[in-house]
Amino acid sequence: MGINSLYGPLDPAPDAGYPDAPPRMGFFTDTSVCIGCKACEVACKTWNAIPDDGFNLLGHSYDNTGGLSADSWRHVAFIEQPAVDALAAAGRPEPQFLGMPGTTLPGESVPAGSRTDFRWLMMSNVCKHCTHAGCLDVCPTGSLFRTEFGTVVVQEDICNGCGYCVAACPYGVIDRREDDGRAWKCTLCYDRLGDGLTPACAQACPTESIVFGELSELHARADERVAKLHADGVGSARLYGHDQDDGVGGDGAFFLLLDEPEVYGLPPDPIVTTRDLPDMWKRAGLAALAMAASVAVSFLGRRG
Amino acid sequence: MSRRGDRPMVPRAEFRSYYGQPIVRPAPWTHDIASYLFTGGLAAGSALLAAGGQLTRRPRLRRTGRVAALGAVAASGYFLVADLGRPERFLNMLRVAKPTSPMSMGTWIFSAFSGAAGVAAVAEVAPLLPASFLRRVLPPAGAVAGLGAAAVAPALATYTAVLLADTATPSWHVAYPELPFVFAGSALASGAGVGLIADPVPATRRMAVLGAALELYGAHRIETTKGILSEPYATGRAGRLLRVGRALTAAGVAGAVLGRRSRVVSALSGLSLLAASAVTRFGIFEGGMASARDPKYTVLPQRERLAGRVPDGPPPD
Ligand code: SF4
Ligand code: SF4
Repeated sequence: MGINSLYGPLDPAPDAGYPDAPPRMGFFTDTSVCIGCKACEVACKTWNAIPDDGFNLLGHSYDNTGGLSADSWRHVAFIEQPAVDALAAAGRPEPQFLGMPGTTLPGESVPAGSRTDFRWLMMSNVCKHCTHAGCLDVCPTGSLFRTEFGTVVVQEDICNGCGYCVAACPYGVIDRREDDGRAWKCTLCYDRLGDGLTPACAQACPTESIVFGELSELHARADERVAKLHADGVGSARLYGHDQDDGVGGDGAFFLLLDEPEVYGLPPDPIVTTRDLPDMWKRAGLAALAMAASVAVSFLGRRG
Repeated sequence: MSRRGDRPMVPRAEFRSYYGQPIVRPAPWTHDIASYLFTGGLAAGSALLAAGGQLTRRPRLRRTGRVAALGAVAASGYFLVADLGRPERFLNMLRVAKPTSPMSMGTWIFSAFSGAAGVAAVAEVAPLLPASFLRRVLPPAGAVAGLGAAAVAPALATYTAVLLADTATPSWHVAYPELPFVFAGSALASGAGVGLIADPVPATRRMAVLGAALELYGAHRIETTKGILSEPYATGRAGRLLRVGRALTAAGVAGAVLGRRSRVVSALSGLSLLAASAVTRFGIFEGGMASARDPKYTVLPQRERLAGRVPDGPPPD
C-alpha cells in the first residue's frame, strides 16, 4: 500500500507487491474500425468455455447480447444514430436506391457531408482492468486479485458469491452467474498471457479494432490514431479511459469512441468508490461515538 | 436514445444512454440483506441496552437486552449466509482481513460481537442451574461478555452504512456522510423499542428519543440534500417505505414520551420503533437499488461534475 493506493496515478502491479513486475498489459479498443462482427464475443466464449447467455432477440438493434455479464466478457454494442432528424427522414415518400454492390468504398462517390442520414456505431466493450479497481478493493475473500501484468482476475475456487464486487464496479462489468453463484468477468486471458499469447478476442478481431499490448505502447498508438482521425475531419473521435488522472487512475483497457461515453453505455466520469473510503470510516466512527454517547446519556440521567 | 426525466423533482433532465440500459449494476442482493441491516442494528441496540441495564442494575433490561441481542445476531447470521451465491463458502471471508473491504471488516466485527453476545445471553441461564461451578462463573463471565458486546455494538451498527456506501450505487454512495447516523439512530431506536416492551424506565425513553432524532435527522438530509440522487429515496417503493418509517418513528417517540404512565402504550411505542427501524432499512435499501437501475442517476451527476457545476476533487489529505 502506497500513498496513491486508493486514488491517483499508480502502477498497480508493483503496488500490489510484485517487485519485478513485467510491463502493464492492456487493450486498446479502437471503435472507429469496428465492424460489429462479434468475432471477439465468440472467441472469448470459446477460449474461456463460457456458457451461453440465452439466445434472445432484443429488438433494439443488431445487438442481441445486451451487455457485459457473467456469461459475456466481451460485448459488442451496436448503436444506430440518426445524423439528421429521424422523423423527417422517415417521412420521405420514395424508397431510396442504395446502389449496386461495387468495388469502391461505400459512400465514396457521394459528396462528403451528404452521405447518409444515419450512422452506425459499434464498440466491443470489456472489463477495464482499472488501476483502482473497485471490485478488487471491496472483495472480502481475496478472490479478486491483481496479476503481475496489472490486470484484475477472479479466482473462482475462492469466490463465495457475496456479490459485493458487482455493486462496486463503476462500469457495471462484473456479474454473478445465476446458477453457479460466483462472480465472473474478463481475465484478460491470464492463462494465455502467461504463455506469451495474445488474448483470444484481440487474436480474433479481423480489423484490429481490439489491440493487445504493453499499455504505454498502446497509449502512444491511440494518440496517433486520434490525431489522424481529427486530421481526417472526424472531430468526434476521443479517447476514453486512457487518462491516469481520471477517477479510477486510468484503465488497463481503454477505448477510442466516436460519441459520448454514455451513448455506448459507459459512465462519463467514473470514480472508484474506495476513493472516499477513509472518509466513510471517519463518518461511521463519528456515528458510532454518537451512538455510545446517546446510551451513556440515557442511562446516566435521572432514574425516576 | 435520449430520454426525458419525467418525475416532478427533476428539472427536465436530458441525458443519453445505451437504449435506456443501466450503467452500474444493482447489487445482486435480496431482501435478506435489507433484513440483516435491521437485525444487525437490533442486535447492536439490544446489546447496548443490556449493558446499560447491567451497569445501572436493572436485571430485566439486562436479561431482555442480552436475549434479544442473541436472537437478532442469530437471525443476522442466517441472512448473511443465505444471501451468498455459495453459502457453503462463507468461511472464505475469514481467510483475509482487508481494510478496503467493509464486508471483510464487518465479518470480523460481526464475529467478535456474536461471540460476546452469545456468552452474555447464555450467562442468563445461570440462576436456573443447580449449584455448581458453572452457576458461579457464568454471571461474571456474562458481565464481561456483555460489556464486550456493547463495546463492539456501535461498530456493528454503523459499518453496514459503509458497506452500502462503498459501492458504485449512486444514491448509496452519495449518502455516505449521513448513512452511518441513520443506521446508528435506527439501531438505538430499535434497542430502545426492546427496552420499552420489557421495562419502560426513563433511560429507555431517553434512548428512544435520541435514537429517533439521529435517524430522522440523517434520513431527512439524505432525502433532501443530494440533488437528483435524493429522488430515489422520495419516490416509488423506497419513498413509501421511508414515509411509513418516519410516521412509525414519530408515533413511537410520541408514545414513549407521553405514554409514560401506561405499560401498554409504552409497549406499543416500542413495537412502533422496531417496525420503524425495519421499514427504514428497507427504504434505504430500495432507494439505492432504484438508483442503480436507472442510468439517469449515473449519467446526470457525472455530467454535472464534468461540467464543473459540482466541484468534486479528491478529498483533502
Ligand atoms: S471495470 Fe469493473 S470489474 Fe473491471 S477491473 Fe474495473 S471495477 Fe473491476
Ligand atoms: S462475489 Fe466473489 S469475487 Fe466478488 S467480492 Fe464476493 S467473494 Fe469477491
